[in-house]
Amino acid sequence: MAIDHRVKTPVLQVEDLAISYETRKGDVPAVRDVSLEIQRGEAHSLVGESGCGKSTVAFGLVNFLGRNGKIVNGKILFQGQDLVGRSQEELRQIRGDQISMVYQDPMQALNPSMRLGDQMSEVLTIHRNMPRAKAEEKCIAMLERVYMPDPENVMRRYPHQISGGQQQRVVIGMALLNGPALLIMDEPTTALDVTVEAAVLDLIADLQRDFDTAIMYISHNLGVVARVSSKVGVMYAGEIVEQASVEDVYLSPYHPYTQGLMRCVPRLGMDKKSSFLYPIRGRVPSPANLPPGCIFEPRCDYARDQCRLKKPELRQITVRHWARCHFAEEIAEQVWTPPEGLVAELATRAQQAEAPEMILKVDNAKTYYKAPSKKLIGGEKQYVKAVDDVSFTVKKGETLGIVGESGCGKSTLVKTIIGMEEPTGGQFEFMGLDISRPVAKRNLSIIQELQMVFQNPDSTLNPSFTVGVQIGRPLKRFKTVPNHQVRDEVIRLLGMMKLGERYYDRLPRQLSGGEKQRVGIARAIAGQPELVLCDEPVSALDVSVQAAVLNLLMEIQQEMGTTMIFIAHDLSVVRFFCDHIAVMYLGQIAEIGPAEAIYAPPYHPYTEALLSAVPIPDPSVEQKHIRLSGSVPSALHPPSGCRFHTRCPRRAEMLPDGGRICEEQVPPWQHDSDRHRIFCHIPLEKLRQMEAVVTTGDQD
Amino acid sequence: MATEEATVGVPVLKPSRWQKTKDSLSILWSSKIAVVGLIIVLFWVFAAIFAPVVTRYEPNVEDAQARNQGPSAAHWLGTDHKGRDLWSRVAYGGQIVLIKWPITEKFWIPGGVAIWGVFLSVLIGATLGLLSGYYVGWTDDIVMRFLDAMMAFPTILLYLIIIAAVGASATNVVIAITIAGIPGVARLVRSLTLDIRTRDYVAAAQTRGESGLRMMYVEILPNARGPVMIDAMLRVGYAIFSLGTLGFLGLGLPPPNPDWGGMVQAGHEHIFTNPWAVIWPTLAISTLVVGLSLLADGLREESLRYQ
Repeated sequence: MAIDHRVKTPVLQVEDLAISYETRKGDVPAVRDVSLEIQRGEAHSLVGESGCGKSTVAFGLVNFLGRNGKIVNGKILFQGQDLVGRSQEELRQIRGDQISMVYQDPMQALNPSMRLGDQMSEVLTIHRNMPRAKAEEKCIAMLERVYMPDPENVMRRYPHQISGGQQQRVVIGMALLNGPALLIMDEPTTALDVTVEAAVLDLIADLQRDFDTAIMYISHNLGVVARVSSKVGVMYAGEIVEQASVEDVYLSPYHPYTQGLMRCVPRLGMDKKSSFLYPIRGRVPSPANLPPGCIFEPRCDYARDQCRLKKPELRQITVRHWARCHFAEEIAEQVWTPPEGLVAELATRAQQAEAPEMILKVDNAKTYYKAPSKKLIGGEKQYVKAVDDVSFTVKKGETLGIVGESGCGKSTLVKTIIGMEEPTGGQFEFMGLDISRPVAKRNLSIIQELQMVFQNPDSTLNPSFTVGVQIGRPLKRFKTVPNHQVRDEVIRLLGMMKLGERYYDRLPRQLSGGEKQRVGIARAIAGQPELVLCDEPVSALDVSVQAAVLNLLMEIQQEMGTTMIFIAHDLSVVRFFCDHIAVMYLGQIAEIGPAEAIYAPPYHPYTEALLSAVPIPDPSVEQKHIRLSGSVPSALHPPSGCRFHTRCPRRAEMLPDGGRICEEQVPPWQHDSDRHRIFCHIPLEKLRQMEAVVTTGDQD
Repeated sequence: MATEEATVGVPVLKPSRWQKTKDSLSILWSSKIAVVGLIIVLFWVFAAIFAPVVTRYEPNVEDAQARNQGPSAAHWLGTDHKGRDLWSRVAYGGQIVLIKWPITEKFWIPGGVAIWGVFLSVLIGATLGLLSGYYVGWTDDIVMRFLDAMMAFPTILLYLIIIAAVGASATNVVIAITIAGIPGVARLVRSLTLDIRTRDYVAAAQTRGESGLRMMYVEILPNARGPVMIDAMLRVGYAIFSLGTLGFLGLGLPPPNPDWGGMVQAGHEHIFTNPWAVIWPTLAISTLVVGLSLLADGLREESLRYQ
């Protein structure tokens, strides 16, 4: 009877859910009118920008809203039983061990002072009263199931002894131990590197197939969502604005917001010479202050009077496609034309003169950090070789992208160039001058020419000073303009950042993330530097804001002829934004060359693996499936020969003798073309025979 | 973008000073604990400032006819063993704590001994904390070992050594409070600095080649001010406590000047005939300290809530 019942009812059914947070200024409706259904074995995603209420929905489902959150309306039916309005105890009985959750940060889900085996088996011994020996057996089987190498050994370890990707696997395994009917995942891969993320996403897909669990997957990343889910709900300002299968949402979106989102993410392969990112204007309204009609109306290109007056309902447009828009059908038929100004700009962007002048030349750069010796007295000195023997050149007006997983030394390299770290060795030549000294020993004129844009919008600005003061400081320090003109110059810079004079007296806490980042950029370019180093300037921003900031950086580059070094971990963004790209692995450059050459064969095997791991927000794209095994080795004792040999998926098949040479000898630089070189033993001819990683459909 | 350009021409109104003060005060009103603390503190501040107005007797005038009296209409809080009015002595005693720092007999500067002592220890302690937190390495080692050595002495012993060495006077009490307070402030500022120096805006200032002084006092210190101010408020409370102790041990202000600690010391010999002479100054010390603690706690709680 129970089985019959299950077949008919969805695992989770949410109807008109509304959640509010109580604040001193009254209730803030964070989530409104959310309805969704998840069947067994189905993965339903909620995607949207930060602050749109995705996580609030998830926390509402398990009643973890905190002291000031409350469900004000709607039903949450879990296997047919309503969860709203029940006491904790009743909820516990209904839910039992049937709902599991996986969060973003695995380190917070695991108890750092307990062995992993104890934590995992506790789930079974406590929930199921299982005998300890049997529970451990099941845990080992589960660890094997989530592809953990050497599970018996892992059981005896503490969380800090395994890598972040492995921690997340343990958390997922733990969530599945009880065989839950519903698994809620809140940004489970956001904190992980692309290659690790790809492996975890594969794992989620496999588990979903094998365990027949219903999954609710929450993410801001359109690419990730396209890879894992079957149905998608697009959330905007606390409401679901569009809901359909992945293919329908990505390939034929009906809601103008979804369409806008799709236009502002760079696809892998797009570049700035031939395409443009179209940011959505304005910003997400605060839930305390919503527009009376359609919530997207203030930012919508198609807004009409009716949109201002009447709030649209989520309505069925085709059989399995819902959208919250009055004119969805009409809009879908229209061909979207980009604003004219943008098209003109694209034309100027394409015709970039080839500047032969070299501006930065780095030869055999080495930056080592001293590692504390493990012995109390004496002991050999050990070094973390963060950057080891890196050479490259940057031409004036060019953008060099540096990509690689975390810990590959990209940030250290940039810090060494700007002088925040002292190099251990190598030559650094900038505009013909030696810059292998820390910033304190440099000339003010060199300091002025090298500036930096930082990653974290929340810490890039000093919270104690107004925007005007902070942008004015480099102007005064470098005496770019006479003192009485500083205010005018700051206002001019604010205008350039599309911010305007009214931002002059604001404090950083009064700005949004994107605005802070713009001010950070204004501060960096205020002294009119020749070279701007950007350390992941957009990775903490929402996609629509990211598009606007990237456009802004390009405009600045056009206007001022600035050279840029751009660090990012998002390979689509780097491909779009950069002229040249260096791929780094464990402190060394694996491959460097013009952007288009990096993204097409011949590849370095590491580049190939990185590219095949990128989540692409387009279900029609075919992508090669290459996954790296293991994790990045420690930079304290890098592997001999080629540093990538421990994880290289290609050497065994492409080199004689199983690629023993890779373990023994440092690979040579192989020059594919003038500026494209690959650091690999595999002969170029063989690398050229590789297939392209990404093959697009015909719709380009 | 058009909307944003349209507003550029509109004259921008700076938030007025009054508005800013009101904003920073609003955090105070939102905590009931802080308001209670503020009321207690303000009571003593006003009593001290307006001591000549709110009292009917000179604090040092002895009345042989009215010794060891309990509270009455003539003497609100009673009198001590020399017939001096207790309310008047308590109110004037507050002056030295909160309002005046007598440098010589005639000349005094505003701000009480407790307040100046804490102010100076914050000034010096913050500098040491910034130096060791910003430069780390051997600067840090030297400063911290030096402060550890100071902390190894129990506070009261440190006071006794300092006062015994330089003699009892208001200025020397300020010096003692300052020296005893430095290690704690320095430790706090150091830990805040170690955190703040890793922020991107400090890195941005480094890439501009800013001087160490500017890094410490302009980029770092303003962002540490919240915790430091709350800590200072608590320290004023401790300092008042210490003043009482010093007075009780006879190391405070030379008699016959009204001093809360000294009053307790003088009164405790007659405690069985006249407990009032001990009760009132004790109550003054404890309420003021409790008031300051409540104020600091309330502010800390509120500022953490809306970080």
